[in-house]
Amino acid sequence: MANREERAAAVRHAFPPGSGVEEVGGVDLQTFRVDRKVLPAFARHLKDDPALDCRLLSDLCGVDYPDREQRFDVVYHLYSIDRGHRIRVKVPVREDDAVVPSLVSVWKAADWFEREAFDMFGIRFSGHPNLKRILCHPAFHGHPLRKDYDPGQRWLLREGEQLAPSWADEVQEDEDHFETQVLNLGPSHPATHGTLRAVVRLDGEVITQAEVEIGYLHRCFEKMAEQHTWNQVIPYTDRLNYCSAMMNGVGYALAVERLVGVTAPPRAQVIRLILSELSRIMDHIVDIGANLNDLGAMTPFLYMYEAREEIYSVLEACCGSRLTMSYVRIGGLSFDVPDDFESSVRYLLKRIPRLLDDMERLITDNRIFRERTEGVGAMSAADALDWGWTGPCLRASGVAYDIRKAEPYLGYETYDFKVPVSHAGDTYARYLVRVEEMRQSLEIVAQALGRMVPGPVIVDDHRVALPPKEEVYTEMESLIWHFKLVMEGMKVPRGEVYGYTEAANGELGFYIVSDGSGSPYRIKVRPPCFAIFQAFEHMLPGHMVSDAVAILGSMNVIAGELDR
Amino acid sequence: MRPQDVIVCDAKPLGAIQRLYLVEIVKGLAVTLRHFLGNLFGRKYTVTIEWPEVKREYSERLRGRHILLTREDGSPRCVACYMCETACPAECIHIEAEDTPDSATVEFEKRPKVFTIDLLRCVYCGFCVDACPKEAIVMSRVHEMAFASREEAVVGLDQLLQKGPTAKLDLGYRPYYGAPRSRIQLPIPVTAPAEPVGAR
Repeated sequence: MANREERAAAVRHAFPPGSGVEEVGGVDLQTFRVDRKVLPAFARHLKDDPALDCRLLSDLCGVDYPDREQRFDVVYHLYSIDRGHRIRVKVPVREDDAVVPSLVSVWKAADWFEREAFDMFGIRFSGHPNLKRILCHPAFHGHPLRKDYDPGQRWLLREGEQLAPSWADEVQEDEDHFETQVLNLGPSHPATHGTLRAVVRLDGEVITQAEVEIGYLHRCFEKMAEQHTWNQVIPYTDRLNYCSAMMNGVGYALAVERLVGVTAPPRAQVIRLILSELSRIMDHIVDIGANLNDLGAMTPFLYMYEAREEIYSVLEACCGSRLTMSYVRIGGLSFDVPDDFESSVRYLLKRIPRLLDDMERLITDNRIFRERTEGVGAMSAADALDWGWTGPCLRASGVAYDIRKAEPYLGYETYDFKVPVSHAGDTYARYLVRVEEMRQSLEIVAQALGRMVPGPVIVDDHRVALPPKEEVYTEMESLIWHFKLVMEGMKVPRGEVYGYTEAANGELGFYIVSDGSGSPYRIKVRPPCFAIFQAFEHMLPGHMVSDAVAILGSMNVIAGELDR
Repeated sequence: MRPQDVIVCDAKPLGAIQRLYLVEIVKGLAVTLRHFLGNLFGRKYTVTIEWPEVKREYSERLRGRHILLTREDGSPRCVACYMCETACPAECIHIEAEDTPDSATVEFEKRPKVFTIDLLRCVYCGFCVDACPKEAIVMSRVHEMAFASREEAVVGLDQLLQKGPTAKLDLGYRPYYGAPRSRIQLPIPVTAPAEPVGAR
C-alpha cells in the first residue's frame, strides 16, 4: 500500500489535481482516469519516471458504456518489470468525437492493440501510423463490440477485397536494376501453422519490406462471451490457444474467481497446476516440433509427439476430451481425477525426459540447426519489452519476467523451480529457453504430485458451482439452485478485474468487467502471441525467406489465440 | 526476481568435434537407429495405432455422441425442461414440449415432441449432461461420425433415444456419484485388445 501512495505521489508531482489526471478507486489495480489531452505526456511520464517505470504495456482495449455521456473508455494496463506493480489507465471519450492520441511512439506494443480497439469500437487513434481494421475483414460494416451491434448480422465479404499493403503495387528496382518481387507468405502455407498472411518484398532472396495480415481465424470470442453466461465461456476459452487449452480455462477461472471472491479447494488447485504444467510442456513440444519441422528436422517432431499423445491420454481420462478440455469450472473443476492419475503422471515424468534427451542429442549441438538459427531474428531486451513481449520469447532476450515467480498464483511460490533466461534473443535462444522450461515444468509436476490432498475439487457454494447430482435428484433446494444456475447463470458482483497468468506463450490476461448480471459485460483477452507477432513484420527486413519461416516458428504464433 | 530463481541457458560454443560434424552424425544416427530397432521389434516407442483395424478404448468420460435415456417402459426420461437447451454454449439443441397424455404422475406431465441436436454445431463440452436434472441426456463414447449432408447431422428423437438395455450402451460422459469411473492406459496400447472394442 505504501508503494501505492508513492506512485500516486509521483503522479501528483508531475500532474497536480486539475491537470486532467485523477486517481480513481481501483479495487484490484491502481487506476488513473486521464484526460486525452494530457495522455501522451502522462504515458511518457509513466514510462520514464523511475518510481513508476511502466515499461511494459501489457494490454489496451476499449469498453463501451452506451448510457454514459462519454461513451467509450480506452483502458490501458501497464506493468513495471523492475518494481513489479501494475497500473490501469482509463481514457474516456465521447462517441461523436472518439479520438485518442496514439501511444505507438511511447510503447511500440500499442500498435496492434490500438488497431484492434479501432476495429472493434471505432475509436480513432490520432497519429497511429497504420490505423486500419485488424481482425475484421476490411469490407466489414460497423464495429462489432459496440453494445448496439447485433451479433446476428451477416455481411457478404468477397475474395479480392482484402487489403494489399499500399506498397505492394509499386515497382522498385535495386541498385543492380533488378526488379524486386512481392510475395505472399500464407495465409495457407505449411509453415504458417495457422492462417496468417505476410506480404513481403523480395530483393533476390532477401526480404526488404513486410506487412502482416491477421484475422483469418477471428471468431468473435469477446462478443460471444457477452452473449453467454460466465460458465458458458469456458468452452470458448479452450479454443484460444488450443495447444494448451487447459491453461486458458485456468486463467479465465482465476480471473472470475477473483471478482467473485471464491478460491478453488486445495486439491483442485494442485490438479490445475499439474495439468497446466503438462499443457505447457505440450505447447512447447508443438512449438519446437513445428519449428524444427520447418527447418527440415522431422524426426524430433515425431519423437516429441509421443509425449504429447500420452499427456493427451491423461487429459482425456480426466475430463473426457483430448483437445478442447472444458475441464475447469469457476470455483474448481468439473470432476475429480481418476484413481490412477498419480501413477500415470509418474510414468510421464519418467518418459518425457528420455524423449527430451533424445531430441536434444539430435538438435541442440547440431551444426546445421545452429547455423540456421543463431543470430536469426535477434531481439534486444529493450525492444522486446517495448513490443510487449512476454513469456519464453521475452526470457530468451534476457528479461527474467515470469508471472509464476513475479506474482504467483495457484501456490507457485511454494514450488522450487527456476526461470530459464537466455541473452542472445535469437531463434536458437528461444529454443534453448523452451527446452529448459519443459525440464523445469517436469520438476514442478513432480513436486505437485506429493501435494495431492484428498478433498473436494469444487467449492461448496451453490451460488457459483452446480450442486452434486445426487442432491439435485433428491432435494428441492438443490434443484432450485441448479435451475437458477443453469437458466440465469451465476451472478458476478459488479466490478472489474485484470487477471493474468503465465500461459505457455507468455502473459495471458483477462480483463473482465461485470455489471452484476449473469453474463459478462466485457471480456478482453490479452493473448500473448498478439503482442509477440506484431513485431514480426519489423524483424523480417534483412532476413531471407527461409529465415522468416524459422523466426515465425520460434514465436509460437497460435492463430486461435491471435485472432480470437 | 531473485538471481537464484533464474537459470541461464545461453548457447555454448560448438566444440571442435561438433564442428567436424561427422562424429555428430554418427551419434544422431545411433539415436534414430535405437528408435527404429525398438519400434521394429517391440513397438517400444510408438504411440500410433493401426486405426481402423485397431481401435483405442477411451476412458468412460469421453464426450461423444449423445444418447437420450429411456425409462423402463421405453418412454424418454426427458421432461422437456429446456435446461440443456439453455446451458448449451453452441446453441445446437432444439426442444419442443408437449403434454404427456394420460400421465400417471404429476412428475412426468411434459415430454419432448421434438428434440434435435445439430451434431455439426455441437462442441461436445458436456454442459447439457451437467445441466440435465433427470439424467435423461448422457454422452456415449461414439466419436466416429460421418454424414452425407448437413441436414443428416441434425439428429432427432428417433436417433437419439437409447436402443437396447442400458448395460449394452457404450456410455461415456455422464453424471456419477462416488468414485471416479475412468482409467488412464499408459503406455498407450498399440495392439488390438483380445476383444475388439467395436464388438461390444
